[in-house]
Amino acid sequence: MNNTGLNVTNVTKTFVDRKAFNLNRLWGRPAKTVTAVEGVTLRIERGGVVGLLGPNGSGKSTLVRLISTLLIPNSGYIEVFGHDVQREELTVKTLINRVSVEASFFKKLSPIENLLYAARLYGVRGKEIKLRGKEILMELGLEESRLYQPMEKMSRGMQQKVAIARGFLTSPILILLDEPTTGLDPRSKRQVQAFIRELRKEHDATILLTTHDMTEADVLCDRVAIIESGRIIAKGTAEELKGTVVEPEGDKPTLEDVFIQLTGKTLQEKEMGKNEL
Amino acid sequence: MSYKGRAILRDAIYEARASWAFVERNINLVKRYWGWEVVWLVYSIVNSLAVTFIGAGMEKISGQAVDSDYLILYLLVGTLVWSYLSVVFNSISEMISWERWEGTIEYTFMAPVRRFTHMIGTTMFAVFYGILRTLVILGAIVLFFNISLSNANLAGAIVTLLVGSISFIGFGVLASILPLLFPERGSQMTHIVQALLLLVSGVYYPVETLPGWMQSVAVFSPATYVLEGMRQALLSGESIPGLLPNLWPPLVIGVVCIPVGLIIFSRAEKYVKYSGRLKRSG
Ligand SMILES: Nc1ncnc2c1ncn2[C@@H]1O[C@H](COP(=O)(O)OP(=O)(O)O)[C@@H](O)[C@H]1O
Ligand SMILES: [Mg+2]
Repeated sequence: MNNTGLNVTNVTKTFVDRKAFNLNRLWGRPAKTVTAVEGVTLRIERGGVVGLLGPNGSGKSTLVRLISTLLIPNSGYIEVFGHDVQREELTVKTLINRVSVEASFFKKLSPIENLLYAARLYGVRGKEIKLRGKEILMELGLEESRLYQPMEKMSRGMQQKVAIARGFLTSPILILLDEPTTGLDPRSKRQVQAFIRELRKEHDATILLTTHDMTEADVLCDRVAIIESGRIIAKGTAEELKGTVVEPEGDKPTLEDVFIQLTGKTLQEKEMGKNEL
Repeated sequence: MSYKGRAILRDAIYEARASWAFVERNINLVKRYWGWEVVWLVYSIVNSLAVTFIGAGMEKISGQAVDSDYLILYLLVGTLVWSYLSVVFNSISEMISWERWEGTIEYTFMAPVRRFTHMIGTTMFAVFYGILRTLVILGAIVLFFNISLSNANLAGAIVTLLVGSISFIGFGVLASILPLLFPERGSQMTHIVQALLLLVSGVYYPVETLPGWMQSVAVFSPATYVLEGMRQALLSGESIPGLLPNLWPPLVIGVVCIPVGLIIFSRAEKYVKYSGRLKRSG
């Protein structure tokens, strides 16, 4: 059996800037484009957890969408457990699921109603959805009474827990976690992280986790890839990456230091720069 | 059973379960948005009543003797059939815009579900919901008017309506492509399509009343035939063989539009995934 869970090979994704699009066409100029992902190659062993670390707008979500069959790459190819994402789309879809930053639910429906819809699409039976959905949500610290009330009344942290339940209910063997803890309060964040660690121990899931939280990547992942402007600029275990940094006075280097060394800026400066644009 | 036969059966069960997901979700949405459902239903009842009262008032308006009962039934068929066809058309054509608005579209598109299954589920709900709503409206109207269906061929009317549903399912599938391709304006475009159908199909008046060019557009609207057929069945008690001229055009339109719609839809889906229009940010 193939031992590679995820194989991304030389993938590039370019978008046409739609605002500039019409004007440029009028003048006969080629349309302006944004290259969100450029020549990315990434491999995750079966059962491995790889962190994709990068500032806002560096192409993390685009890569996740390419793997989830929601975007088609301009070039390169992606395989999930040996199945090509484009040619065997339906098979790949049964193997994966995703948790993204925005919770994305039917706001008026309750968590259970949302889970029923989402997991039935994967062929899971209603009875099992109610049972396991409840189990996962209780484990994540959601009160039982919440399970039957509209999602719009819930905080972002609670909604994110339902998103995690939705992601895991279909028993994916590759799970894509796109900034699962961004914007959560510290307590929810710890609960979500603990849940992910628990899953790693008990299940055979292969995980790609994107984050701009250095500590999170350090704690949760076996290996880390740093992405910047659509390109992967470093890969390795957290220890290996830290080893490339000239030791700052006294302290042990952190992933933050790695990032500064590679890009000449702190992650925060990177994000500020984005905002100014 | 052969291995292949079993595989096909397993597939069918799986697809049936997945299409049930759409039905169940829509039922839940109707329950949760019940306030809006009530508002919309009251609006539809009032609208249908108002139209039907035109029939009742015709003698007064024109100052001449008219067959009010006939006119009332004529208008009633128009308003009810249109209300039913609109529900079927809207439920299908809005399946993309609704999910885009809720923000769930990426999750639905990621799921291992064939677009055909997606359409089946959506359509089952649309037809069931459309019939239920129309019956409620009819029930309310019967309280106000003395409606006699002694002349009617009810079986013929049901056949006409079912065949008509197929054509509107086809139109709905085609229309659902617009919101997929045009995130900002697509939904508005489908409403324009619907408004044009209302104008040319003879919902409240015979198509012959329209200017010549509109009549030639009416030929392509399945609603033209459904309305004509329903009126012949309910007002004149036309037999099923006699209804055939109004049955085969919507049937042909449906049988062509559904597969063509599905093919164009999957092309559009590819394009949208290539250009990144499915969702802009996040
Ligand atoms: N659907 C899209 N259409 C046009 N541009 C996009 C689209 N999705 C992402 N982009 C652009 O691609 C770049 C990378 O975005 P994204 O992958 O969302 O970054 P991240 O998730 O790391 O914050 C950004 O410049 C963004 O504006
Ligand atoms: Mg992102």
